Amino acid sequence: MQTATQIPHDVNYLDYKGKYKGIFGWIFSTDHKRIALLYMYSMMVMFVVGVALGLAMKLELIAPGQTIMGPQTYNSVFTVHGVIMIFMIVIPGLPAVFGNFMLPIMIGAKDVAFPKVNLLSWYFYVAGALLVIASVLFGNGTPDTGWTFYAPYSFKSGTNLLPAIFGAFILGFSSILTGLNFIVTIHRMRAPGMTWFKMPLFPWSLYGTAWIQLLATPVVGITLVLVALERIFGIGVFDPALGGDPVLYQHLFWIYSHPAVYVMILPAMGAISEIIPTFSQKHIFGYRAIIASTLAIAFVGYFVWGHHMFTSGMSGTAQYTFSVLTFLVAIPSAIKVFNWISTMHKGSINPEIPFLWAVSFIFVFMIGGFSGLVLGALATNVYVHDTAFVVAHFHFIVFGGVGFSFFGAIHYWFPKMFGRMYDKVWAKVGWAFFTVGFLTLYSPMFYLGMIGMPRRYYDYLPEFHAANILSSLGSWVMTFGLLIVVINLFRSAKNGAIAEINPWHGKTLEWTVASPPPVENFEEIPVYGEKDGPYEY
Amino acid sequence: MEQVSQHADPHYDQEANKLGMWLFIFTELLLFGGLFIVYSIYRFLNPEAFQLGAHELNPTIGAINTIILLVSSMTIAMSTSSLQKKNKGLTVLLLEITIMLALVFLINKYFEWGVKFDHGIWPGSEHLINDMSRGEILFFGLYFVMTGLHALHIIVGMIIIIVALKRVQNGTVNENRSSLLDNAGLYWHLVDLIWIFLFPLFYLIH
Ligand code: HEM
Ligand SMILES: [Cu+2]
Repeated sequence: MQTATQIPHDVNYLDYKGKYKGIFGWIFSTDHKRIALLYMYSMMVMFVVGVALGLAMKLELIAPGQTIMGPQTYNSVFTVHGVIMIFMIVIPGLPAVFGNFMLPIMIGAKDVAFPKVNLLSWYFYVAGALLVIASVLFGNGTPDTGWTFYAPYSFKSGTNLLPAIFGAFILGFSSILTGLNFIVTIHRMRAPGMTWFKMPLFPWSLYGTAWIQLLATPVVGITLVLVALERIFGIGVFDPALGGDPVLYQHLFWIYSHPAVYVMILPAMGAISEIIPTFSQKHIFGYRAIIASTLAIAFVGYFVWGHHMFTSGMSGTAQYTFSVLTFLVAIPSAIKVFNWISTMHKGSINPEIPFLWAVSFIFVFMIGGFSGLVLGALATNVYVHDTAFVVAHFHFIVFGGVGFSFFGAIHYWFPKMFGRMYDKVWAKVGWAFFTVGFLTLYSPMFYLGMIGMPRRYYDYLPEFHAANILSSLGSWVMTFGLLIVVINLFRSAKNGAIAEINPWHGKTLEWTVASPPPVENFEEIPVYGEKDGPYEY
Repeated sequence: MEQVSQHADPHYDQEANKLGMWLFIFTELLLFGGLFIVYSIYRFLNPEAFQLGAHELNPTIGAINTIILLVSSMTIAMSTSSLQKKNKGLTVLLLEITIMLALVFLINKYFEWGVKFDHGIWPGSEHLINDMSRGEILFFGLYFVMTGLHALHIIVGMIIIIVALKRVQNGTVNENRSSLLDNAGLYWHLVDLIWIFLFPLFYLIH
């Protein structure tokens, strides 16, 4: 019962020896910090697979005609790539890793509200991932529907889809549990004196995200169940031959999956909102505006799903409405960009690695956002829908946005998490290659989409060749940068120089505890006074 | 919002447990909410077929099951208050009655589905697909999915109640640490509530 008094305060969470030894000390641990690392390592494994599949597609597209794989293989590759990247990397992404690790510390708590549920959510994550892998390894044929599982093909395709669909369902459940845990943690466990408007912005973004996870994921959950039942029994709800309507599937799918893109991006924005003030040594500009825009995005994001379906058949009124709402949702995003830039204005900028990632985040996020407006406008959408343009758009945002922010966050919090500093020269080299490679990889796809190259084909017309070569070259440069970044971090976690408690002179609570943090974070729960705040420089 | 109160036992926060359960109930409501949307769209598109389908169902069994669930909601609510009054014996008895009622509900459901199967009606059955209209196919598809998913929730609810019962018996759930029983009760009311919607939608609207 009274474990609190038994755990010595000078042992950090990495060295702590609890009831279980070795690996069991990790996979049975309910310490939010260990669970965060469990998530990080398992995500890394899936990420390697996802990147390899992405590289394979780019290699196939380096020349017209069949290069290394045929059409059916290509269909399976983009499906598994999408399922892994969306459901296992960017949706859990920042909340599961940095949210788990930092949220309790940043609000002055010893753990999340339900540590066991937290561990359970990781088990669900692993179970979902294993199911998806099973759908690849067993049965007759790897899923080939795309990550969107559109009806009616998702119950006509002869491939082994059921495990993948259940895998996605279980991953959704894992995400719900994380969100539920964070909401309760934030409501109940903030340190005394930390009022809502003294809470740092990363926890705020997790709070907005958690509500979306909670309120949108069940809808896609039931939709996936219906598709599975359609496959097994033929219940008819999405099957036109039995009176059902496949467009209804698209509605239900995007009712979740558009809000899900905010599950991905809000915590990414939250991490950026921590990094920018720290490296500008200045109070964040428009603290309340950032919170308001977070909540506005979370709210308006529910009502724009139709912009994925402009060409699927819907009334003109519905089209106009969804288009206008889509434009509205861009406003809060722009407010955030404005606030970040204004925070830097007249700050004393310290261009360390996390700051570089943050600035490049803003750059690619803006390109992604503007291309979103092109897609949200009806006339241009019809023109570029289902082309490489859409692929460029969501990679700029999902990979550019979430990816850059993730790398910014890991370079920012690494010294805290591992108690060691990484090699800054290699980190910079890796960042440079990654950024240049990223832009070379995805920018040509905007152009390709504009001149009419459709997405999800293994082949293309000869006139698309030149831009495709450039894009494939970019994929290699980017992967090279990625390797440098990852290897550097891995080596430094073991052998890096010992890090200080507060290497970047941050003001949030995680910089007041030892690096790496002790098992129970705080010996005594900190108390926030009248004048304390997360960004008082 | 309130701040953390410093409990004697740092790992027990009744408010947090309650909040967590309510959030979970939201997700369940949305899960069924998706199904209710599908139901209302197809009902709107096929009003006659849905009426025909409803005539196939037996409102008497449905009504009996409704009463059973309502009574079970009452018994579980009574069990939480008798736990507060430190009457452990009565709490256990009421929980046992709740479990029995849930079981009776499932048995009724089993016979109800059995009759449908005897008539050759199940999702994807030949009789359904060859002899009935598309609207009826959808009606019965949704009937089996929604009542089936609901029955699954009954089973999960029973398991939670059994766990709560065992904990009441061995004293880990008591008047000071009653979260598990309170949450089991909340969950059970949710299961009940969903049925209250399913019953008229499938059995009563003609
Ligand atoms: C300024 C804000 C944004 C606008 C106006 C916008 C608009 C759009 C539109 C209209 C489409 C549909 C294109 C089509 O298929 O015809 C789309 C697709 C997509 N967007 Fe965005 N978007 C925005 C931000 C985001 C964010 C923040 C994310 C993720 C973090 C995101 C991820 C995606 C994804 C993944 C798809 C493609 C889905 C698929 O078909 O596979 N977007 N966006
Ligand atoms: Cu969208």
